[in-house]
Amino acid sequence: MTEHNMALAQLEQGEKAIIEFNDLNKWYGDFHVLKNINFSVKSGERIVVCGPSGSGKSTMTRCINRLEEHQKGDLIVDGITMNDNLKNIEAIRKDVGMVFQHFNLFPHLTILENLTLAPIWVRKTPKKEAEEIAMHYLERVKIANQAAKFPGQLSGGQQQRVAIARGLCMKPRIMLFDEPTSALDPEMIKEVLDVMVQLAEEGMTMICVTHEMGFAKTVADRVVFMDAGEIVEANKPEEFFNNPQHDRTQNFLSQILNH
Amino acid sequence: MAIIFKPSPSLPPPTNSVGAVAWVKQNLLSSPLNVFLTLFSAYILYLLLPPVIQWGLIDATWTGESSQACKAAGGACWAFIGVYFEQFMYGLYPSEEVWRINLAVILLVLMVASFAIKTVNKLYLSIAIIVVYPVVAYILFAGGSFGLVVVETSNWGGLFLTTLLGVVGIVASFPLGVLLALGRRSNMPIAKSVCVVFIETIRAVPLITIMFMASVMIPLFLPEGLNFDKLMRVIIGITLFSAAYMAEVIRGGLQAIPKGQYEAADAMGLTYWQSMILVILPQALKLVIPGIVNTFIGLFKDTTLVYIVGMFDLLGRIQAATHDSNWLGTSVEGYAFAGFVYWAFCFGMSRYSMAVERKLETGHKRN
Repeated sequence: MTEHNMALAQLEQGEKAIIEFNDLNKWYGDFHVLKNINFSVKSGERIVVCGPSGSGKSTMTRCINRLEEHQKGDLIVDGITMNDNLKNIEAIRKDVGMVFQHFNLFPHLTILENLTLAPIWVRKTPKKEAEEIAMHYLERVKIANQAAKFPGQLSGGQQQRVAIARGLCMKPRIMLFDEPTSALDPEMIKEVLDVMVQLAEEGMTMICVTHEMGFAKTVADRVVFMDAGEIVEANKPEEFFNNPQHDRTQNFLSQILNH
Repeated sequence: MAIIFKPSPSLPPPTNSVGAVAWVKQNLLSSPLNVFLTLFSAYILYLLLPPVIQWGLIDATWTGESSQACKAAGGACWAFIGVYFEQFMYGLYPSEEVWRINLAVILLVLMVASFAIKTVNKLYLSIAIIVVYPVVAYILFAGGSFGLVVVETSNWGGLFLTTLLGVVGIVASFPLGVLLALGRRSNMPIAKSVCVVFIETIRAVPLITIMFMASVMIPLFLPEGLNFDKLMRVIIGITLFSAAYMAEVIRGGLQAIPKGQYEAADAMGLTYWQSMILVILPQALKLVIPGIVNTFIGLFKDTTLVYIVGMFDLLGRIQAATHDSNWLGTSVEGYAFAGFVYWAFCFGMSRYSMAVERKLETGHKRN
């Protein structure tokens, strides 16, 4: 039985949700971006979030590590209710890794320093140990030979793999991906998706905002479709793609699959 | 069978695009307008340079006891600078104590130079320079302990005073400017408004006014018996003044950092101060090095304004010396000398900043 199957088995035994949205609402000024989000993610689950731009999918994901604040409703991550308490926010951020559309590597630090920064300063890992962990993850994303370079010297695909390794160095329980391949040239998308698939196979809890429907089909446990700030539909990938319930979902799928 | 693709070999550039002749062709003679401008500039130089060299070097007088000695030759009277040199450098600091200033300068140069030695711990060295050195330097300059004779600050002057004001102003205003810039961008309403009011008030007031406030008005407001040295008050005035400018320069750098950098630092769980010190400030400060050095150079030259409140820095000493009846008519030489010293310092700062910028360059582009 693979690790993933084990995770699924635990799921079926009714393991507690690691992320729980209860009637979550958010506004930007007068604009209601997230409307009554009710959704929960279990440990080890892989969620793909898709939807048209402006539908709130990134915003919802960014609520999980409090890069965005919500104004109404509850969000419980790893047993901690998200509120203004800085200690709680810092505690959650230690356990939630994030990968951004534009990589957001620190250009003034080498690749290795990018990876060891948070372990050394947040986890207080000794420098030598942090470097060993960093090299381990760099090898896993097949980029260890670039450790001494600066981000500006790497290609987009390489930078994004470094960003994933940087998230993993904190040994997170949850990984968030916010359109990780949207800023990449087509020939680099695969190398990043390969790393993500490998990560999924190891049982990492993943929330991934993406338009890569192939990735969703092969990796996701559930696909969530959002539109106008609401979750329209959330289902297993085979159901979602073959038998979408809502006309909005059908419409969206026909637009992105038929070209 | 597949056709094998072989990249064509790289060739050296054509010879007519490299070398000295090509440089002259490209930069000086590339178009009729450029040919004209080159010839015109050469003509201006021909008109200007020979008389200046004639006056400043060939006809100059290098030794003598009064301006009479220079009359015959008709050129520059550098003898004046020679006679007053010690006063220009140290003000009225007693001659037999001048070694203290020299020692402090040598110490500082040695400490800064040892940054180049690889085996030295940079952190300890920085602490030594920022914390230990000022104490040592103050003891040396002011005296009063370790058997050193007391030298009143009113006797401090010349290039020594100029450099002291400049260096202390720069070292103190930089961290204060960083704090003010961060405060102005902070989400905390009180910290933010304090910083905004401070910056906007100080920037709206001329430095001369601040100097007068520091030297004349503050003593009036202080309670009887509580008073501190005028030099100290002036240094504080200069520091606050340039910190306000520094804060705005640094704020420009903070605004240029993409939001993603703040978010990435936050998402890792770094605290506010960690993300500022480790991620944001190193990038922001690097971006605004030209602006920071601009402010430093401005500050260094603004220190001449202490003349207004009765302190005699380099320029003040030179001006005072030109009133000496033995040396009447030497103010051109005096100002030329002052100009050269200020130019040397400011040019040095500017070259140093360019070297730092090159050293910190890490990639082809920012993301």
